[in-house]
Amino acid sequence: MAKEMVLREGEVDVSHIVPINRQSAKDKLRAYCNKPWSFVLFILIAVATVLAIGAVLLVLIFTLIQGLPNFSADLFAWEWTSSNLSMMPALINTLVIAILSLLIAGVIGVFAAIFMVEYAKSTNVFVKIVRIAAETLAGIPSIVYGIFGMIFFVLLFGWSYTLLGGAITMAMMIMPLIMRTTEEALKAVPDSFREGSFALGAGKLRTIFRIILPAAVPGIVSGVILGLGRVVGETMALMYTAGSVINAADPSGLMEQGSTLTVYMYMLISEGNAYYGQVWAIAVVLIILTVLINGLAEFIGNKLKKEY
Amino acid sequence: MKLNIFKKKAKAAEEQQELTEEQAAEKTAAEELAAVQKAKAEEAANTAAAQGQKGASLAESGIKAEDVGHAFKTARTGASLSGETEEERPVKFKVSDLNLYYGKFWALKNINMEIREKEITAFIGPSGCGKSTFLKTLNRMNDLIPDCKITGEVLIDGVDLYGKVDINTLRKRVGMVFQKPNPFPMSVYDNIAYGPRTHGIRKKAKLDEIVERSLRQAAIWDELKDRLKKSALGLSGGQQQRLCIARTLAVEPEVVLMDEPTSALDPISTSKIEELAQDLKKDYTIVIVTHNMQQAARISDKTAFFLLGDLIEYGNTDDVFNRPADKRTEDYITGRFG
Repeated sequence: MAKEMVLREGEVDVSHIVPINRQSAKDKLRAYCNKPWSFVLFILIAVATVLAIGAVLLVLIFTLIQGLPNFSADLFAWEWTSSNLSMMPALINTLVIAILSLLIAGVIGVFAAIFMVEYAKSTNVFVKIVRIAAETLAGIPSIVYGIFGMIFFVLLFGWSYTLLGGAITMAMMIMPLIMRTTEEALKAVPDSFREGSFALGAGKLRTIFRIILPAAVPGIVSGVILGLGRVVGETMALMYTAGSVINAADPSGLMEQGSTLTVYMYMLISEGNAYYGQVWAIAVVLIILTVLINGLAEFIGNKLKKEY
Repeated sequence: MKLNIFKKKAKAAEEQQELTEEQAAEKTAAEELAAVQKAKAEEAANTAAAQGQKGASLAESGIKAEDVGHAFKTARTGASLSGETEEERPVKFKVSDLNLYYGKFWALKNINMEIREKEITAFIGPSGCGKSTFLKTLNRMNDLIPDCKITGEVLIDGVDLYGKVDINTLRKRVGMVFQKPNPFPMSVYDNIAYGPRTHGIRKKAKLDEIVERSLRQAAIWDELKDRLKKSALGLSGGQQQRLCIARTLAVEPEVVLMDEPTSALDPISTSKIEELAQDLKKDYTIVIVTHNMQQAARISDKTAFFLLGDLIEYGNTDDVFNRPADKRTEDYITGRFG
């Protein structure tokens, strides 16, 4: 049965057309005979693509194969016991730290970027110093933040190991990243939008919040996703600030200590090979979590964008 | 070897194709333009006749023919009224000894000028002569440029524009349309409603009314009424520019500054915008910067010629183009430079 053709305005039926502008595979091969180097290059590119995709797929599929059979209701029990080894407290800790650090770093980072792009003069020495500092901070190994957080929150403030200390340390770690990506996103908003808004008699605040920020949302969201990924994946810095206690991981408050998923994973691995099954299961949960977070961020980004 | 021949053949065929396509495009464009011009001429004739009658009766009561309408040029020639003792309209902008510097560069030199209400004033001159810069001094868009220093005085309705005025209120009164259409990345409706919302209008019914009125004024309502909720970025360049004009009109300005509004547009869109400017003249003071001298001659009442930051000549468009007082003006408009 022929599929019914749906033509919109300005479209024509192209099913019967035989195009002359198509190269057959044979033609392409013959063309490569004249240029052996481009054939070599083509092969290299193809191999690289296969390797890149293959590596990712290998990790993903291997993890899923190892992890999925080890899923059990026990692993998601609300209370952790030494027999069920539940990851639930660690999962909740991870979410708490991720959301908290993102709130802190997101708000401060975005506002700082707004100041640097929209208010400070581009020739300002202070802004240049801040920019260089942010770039440096974004590249520092996370354990440096861990040591800093430990000395600052755990020892100096006398908080001991706390989720709050961990979250603030994480916020400090991803703030430069969010600030820099937001700055770039704001700079990429064409000046003609600003001019258009000012020319209508809109003030600076209104222009920033109604025109510039909505236009910069995709860039900001990508910065936030990168930051989130770093928080969810962080292990060492959190061990030094939020602690690595697994048996007391019941999330009862921000001033309690508790391990996140990655820290929990690390602790289980260091127990020897008895818990590898649980470790793989946690790995699968981490992958799912990452996918969910990225999807959510994209969804929110699209929502914000569509409205304006 | 064989392959090369194929290639050549393909290339030749391609060129041929391009050529015919171009011709076809040119042909349709020319046809459309002709149609638009025809419609325009008819309309002008109609208005001229109407203006003529109206003008004749008004002339007795001492009101000038120019006051009557937007197609005054046709009306003036068509009805040949007492246009010789033209009384000038009230002054909107009075600029005295205006100097502007970008860093150490002297961009505007001792400009003195009066811009009158409900006329179209055109600024012409070669690139970099300061005409756009001068335009931007009229709604203080130059304030956004760091390192830009201004001396002198600019009065709007007798009030110092660089004195204690609220800059946002000023820009509401003196709107601006830019060289490149710059609709915001929102729906058509939100683009128009942005200005009124900025100035405190929240009621949906009122906004609806403003959106429709502005789009009608910008002669684009019929094209856009069914896609008010669609993104403004999907419109064609000419539509975008008329949308930007509508957006400017939505805040009910007194003056509309246009900075080369048609330089990025095709001839048909250009003629639509020119027509629109003529229409808007009855309610708004319009100042337009243009590279296109025919455009200045076609639509403006007054023309100012700038050269290297100096105002060389300023007067009735007729006089500037037909009887230029300065040799440099003559050279420029006859195409000897620029």
